[in-house]
Amino acid sequence: MRTLLDMYERMAVIRRTEKAAFDLFMAGLVKGTTHLASGHEAVAVGTAAALRPDDYVFATYRGHHHAMAMGASAEECLAELMSKATGVCRAKGGSMHLTKAANGMLGSYAIVGAHLPMAAGAAWSAKLRGTDQVAVAFFGDGATNIGAFHEALNLAAVWKLPVLFICENNFYMEYTPIGAVTAVPHPAADRAPAYSIPAVVIDGNDVTVVRDAVAQAVERARAGEGPTVIEAETYRHHGHSRTDPGAYRPKEEVERWLKHDPLDIARAHLEAQGITPDDVRRVDERAAAHVAAAVDAAKNAPDADPAEAFTDVWADGSATWRS
Amino acid sequence: MAELITYREAVAEGIAREMRRDPDVVCLGEDIGAAGGVFKTTVGLFDEFGAGRVWDTPISEQAIVGAAMGAAMTGMRPVAEIMFSDFLACCWDYLANEIPKVRYMTGGQVTVPLVVRTANGGGLGFGAQHSQSVENWALTVPGLKIVAPSTPADVVGLMASAIRSDDPVVFFEHKGLFASKGAPAPPDHVIPLGKAAVRRSGADVTVVALAATVPLALTAAEELARDGIDVEVIDLRCLIPLDMSTVLESVAKTSRLVVVEENPYQGGWGGTVVSVVAEEGFESLDAPIKRVAAANVPLPFADALEEKVIPTVDKLVAAVRTTVAY
Repeated sequence: MRTLLDMYERMAVIRRTEKAAFDLFMAGLVKGTTHLASGHEAVAVGTAAALRPDDYVFATYRGHHHAMAMGASAEECLAELMSKATGVCRAKGGSMHLTKAANGMLGSYAIVGAHLPMAAGAAWSAKLRGTDQVAVAFFGDGATNIGAFHEALNLAAVWKLPVLFICENNFYMEYTPIGAVTAVPHPAADRAPAYSIPAVVIDGNDVTVVRDAVAQAVERARAGEGPTVIEAETYRHHGHSRTDPGAYRPKEEVERWLKHDPLDIARAHLEAQGITPDDVRRVDERAAAHVAAAVDAAKNAPDADPAEAFTDVWADGSATWRS
Repeated sequence: MAELITYREAVAEGIAREMRRDPDVVCLGEDIGAAGGVFKTTVGLFDEFGAGRVWDTPISEQAIVGAAMGAAMTGMRPVAEIMFSDFLACCWDYLANEIPKVRYMTGGQVTVPLVVRTANGGGLGFGAQHSQSVENWALTVPGLKIVAPSTPADVVGLMASAIRSDDPVVFFEHKGLFASKGAPAPPDHVIPLGKAAVRRSGADVTVVALAATVPLALTAAEELARDGIDVEVIDLRCLIPLDMSTVLESVAKTSRLVVVEENPYQGGWGGTVVSVVAEEGFESLDAPIKRVAAANVPLPFADALEEKVIPTVDKLVAAVRTTVAY
């Protein structure tokens, strides 16, 4: 993703893929649950734009956008949700565990906060191997109250690890306002000084702001100056998960945030750069066609092979527990 | 004959051999560096390999095991120490939900070649939160390999396999064995995971043991031999892979089975062993199976109380006599 238009297109694809995931769920073609990321696209895409292909990303159960920002295709993600053999995890992970390891996207984890120490560990590994790779952990505001967050920040700070802790603060830990359960106004950034980690609070809906903040933190990390906390304020367009209409959020607040949409903000930047509305429309049309084709391909893909239930427990591919 | 070495020395020796062989092997844990570990099981590693490969951590079990996982997924072979196995509860998410599942749930996209070493077991009067045998905790979770050696040479040979394994391994070192001595491991000693050892051949009854219950079973066998009862003692060495072939073959010969395990009877690993024998070796049996396990209570402090709870030679001898007399 070299240009703003590239980033816009990736966000447009993600937005439409999330819409498709919702529709497919309602049509009974996606089981379980989904935690849609519509509204969060700029955090993932802005970050991905500032990373190198050999960097590492760890994400959460609300992770469709992270996987796709890191290059997982709409088709393989939707196929995963639809229990298809062509799913990005061969239908063994599902919505909450999208992973694209070939691109450094090392998983989506559904135990809140668990992956922050993992990202610190990947950063430690880069340091041990003498590369200048960095690791990123995306997490929600709710994760800032779990022990693993604090253990990871402290370890990353004392070991000066090249890791970025990127909080997608959407102001609600599931159904509860984060402010109701957290004593500081900025749940991630206000904790960082306790670990001697620099922190910034940014507009997570402006992809250029995200990209620039991440680029700066990446530069610090690659230079051996240690971790950074980035608190990116954003908002989810849906409820927490499929069953949640999000009724606990004040109407005016929802309306205010819907007017602060990451795609609209990117469009305004594009216009300022002299990209015409027609150019943007063509990108939108291409994104729509791309996702429509992905939906068709995923629908038509073969179902997961039941024999897969007994593969890949162990590194040799087997599930054998006796000898 | 070469000088005997302690089980404790064997731990450091086993790790050092792999660190010399493979630069990707790194250690992390509380007090494992210059201090050499609270059990002195990492003595010498810091001096030989330096701070770049032997990392002291804060008291942060989640960060220790979580970081080991992230490092293992990105090309390293970390060996993480959790000081007392009781503390695995502080990072249980990683052993229950993360490490054993990430390969599977990503459709085989990643591997997690790490070892979590931990000091396990009772008999030293450390009380309820520092004495447990928790190997059965690990056994509840598909996706972990589980090692629990009983001799110094096995510590070295199994450590080699554990560190070289591309799968995650939980390596239980028994606190009660640290001071025990045995023959040193020969050079390049590697014992494959999932291969039990018949420590004593016998015709009358099979006793299946693990870690500290192996020497206990051998002592009981000598006592029983004086009464003409010929005990076969099997040291499982690993719980996963579980070498049921060796157990079933032995039971086919002796027709009698006693399991001696230090974890509690409720949910203990013996339950898995005997259920396989009940399903697949039932026709070999001439007597009901017996399990000698820790009682279903927390570990008490005083010796006189602790002995009531954990397996002892006397308890095993009594169980074997009952089985043989049936």
